[in-house]
Amino acid sequence: MKTLVISATVLALSAGAVLADAHSVVRMGTEGAYPPYNFINDSGEVDGFERALGDELCLRAELNCQWVTNEWDSIIPNLTSGNYDTIIAGMSITDERDQVIDFTQNYIPPASSLFLALSEDADLAGGVIAAQTNTIQAGYIAETGATLIEFATPDETIAAVRNGEADAVFADGDYLLPVANEDADLMIVGEPVQLGGGVGMGVRETDNELRDAFDVAIQSMKDDGTLNALITEWFGPEAATF
Amino acid sequence: MLDTGQWFACYLTNGAHFLFYQSFLVVFALIFVTAPTALAFGFGAAAASRSPILPIRLLGKLYTAMVRGVPDIAFFLFFVIVLDQLIEYSVHTIRCPDWSEPIYQGANFLVCDAARVPPGNSPQWVHETYNFFLAVFTYAIVFGAFCGNVLFGAMRAVPRAQLETAEAYGMSRRQTFWRVLVPQMWIYALPGLSNVWMILIKATPLLFLLGIEDIVYWARELGGSRTSAYQYPHPDWRFWYFLGLLVFYLCFTRVSEIALSRLTRRLSRGQATMAGEDLRKAAA
Repeated sequence: MKTLVISATVLALSAGAVLADAHSVVRMGTEGAYPPYNFINDSGEVDGFERALGDELCLRAELNCQWVTNEWDSIIPNLTSGNYDTIIAGMSITDERDQVIDFTQNYIPPASSLFLALSEDADLAGGVIAAQTNTIQAGYIAETGATLIEFATPDETIAAVRNGEADAVFADGDYLLPVANEDADLMIVGEPVQLGGGVGMGVRETDNELRDAFDVAIQSMKDDGTLNALITEWFGPEAATF
Repeated sequence: MLDTGQWFACYLTNGAHFLFYQSFLVVFALIFVTAPTALAFGFGAAAASRSPILPIRLLGKLYTAMVRGVPDIAFFLFFVIVLDQLIEYSVHTIRCPDWSEPIYQGANFLVCDAARVPPGNSPQWVHETYNFFLAVFTYAIVFGAFCGNVLFGAMRAVPRAQLETAEAYGMSRRQTFWRVLVPQMWIYALPGLSNVWMILIKATPLLFLLGIEDIVYWARELGGSRTSAYQYPHPDWRFWYFLGLLVFYLCFTRVSEIALSRLTRRLSRGQATMAGEDLRKAAA
């Protein structure tokens, strides 16, 4: 029994060592402006669901991780050019992105995107809709009859509705719901829309070992139920779980 | 009222605000490292533009003409990428001579891992410092070109009679340059240089474009509306944060103006200019 434990430990350590050569530090790239997914908290540190998840995944995969923030618009180019090793920033898995980078399995199931507006009768079909640049929501609005205005940060999309520049915001429901709950002027309108294949971690296409390591860690969190607990903790009891 | 006061006292001293206050140091560091470097670049360019050797003269003139003729923002965005890729490409050719894959793959610039500058495994502050120095170097090149033009004009403004006198005393070209021309040119250069200094101060928010977490980044980040996911929720306060930046820059440029006018007075002493003549008369 003892030999079994030791040999298992040695095996685990050596598997870690192979990865450690290439990645003695894994730099985790996130946006830091998308609460509750990821944000810079009042102490100036990266916080949120993805911080908690990422730290747990790194612990399970025995990786030494460091957090880095990068603006959303250039988050994929800076991954491919090697400024950091992963994207963990509420990024939905889409075919378009999959051609440029690789994704781990999803760690948030496909969730609904919602509209947020100042009044119930906002014109969602033909009005002006704000969305963040390079998001699946922006891509979706561009295909509809509505006029799309894009902003670099999620916060600016909401500010655009508050000051009347846009009729509504279209974004991930989990981002909009806390905003709608806390501001009496803003409300969720229209029907939820299902987009994307869930949220996963992005890695470079050549980084197969790293992707596999995170895949195993995500699977283990799915299996023991800790991932669902984490989702409920950060997104509330109504959030979709695995 | 007391509660509001306490709330603000706590809010304005939280960790994120300390990072905001620190970013003011980044701006000061940028200015105080860039200014002398740019002056050195400018001096080199001005001296080169006066050189009797044609290629050096052309090089000096080309540098000032080219950099001055390109919009600052375009140059900043372009040059930082070029500089970064140039450094990585050079390291790549030295360290990975047997690399077979193409370096340019579509929009991607891919060098071998050993050629990454700074190395991918280095801590975050190394990456930030590296980016900061790329920015400083770019600023120095841009503002060096402006300084070069100012100094070139100032060198020509020194009265010809002064140089002829120096030559009549048997000074060589080099001696005339260093002992007569350079000490006298500063007073002519100062109005132009003070302009460049002001523009440099006002150009510091461009750091934000280069992805450096400067005061503009933090003002936008902290001013944005915050839900209760944060410890201190508040509505959109960007107006107040940007107003704060405005006041900061106004104070900074005002202090600079006062310091520069004192410097002008100091440098006018004993000069063959109207201001110098006034000082002489007042003393007599």
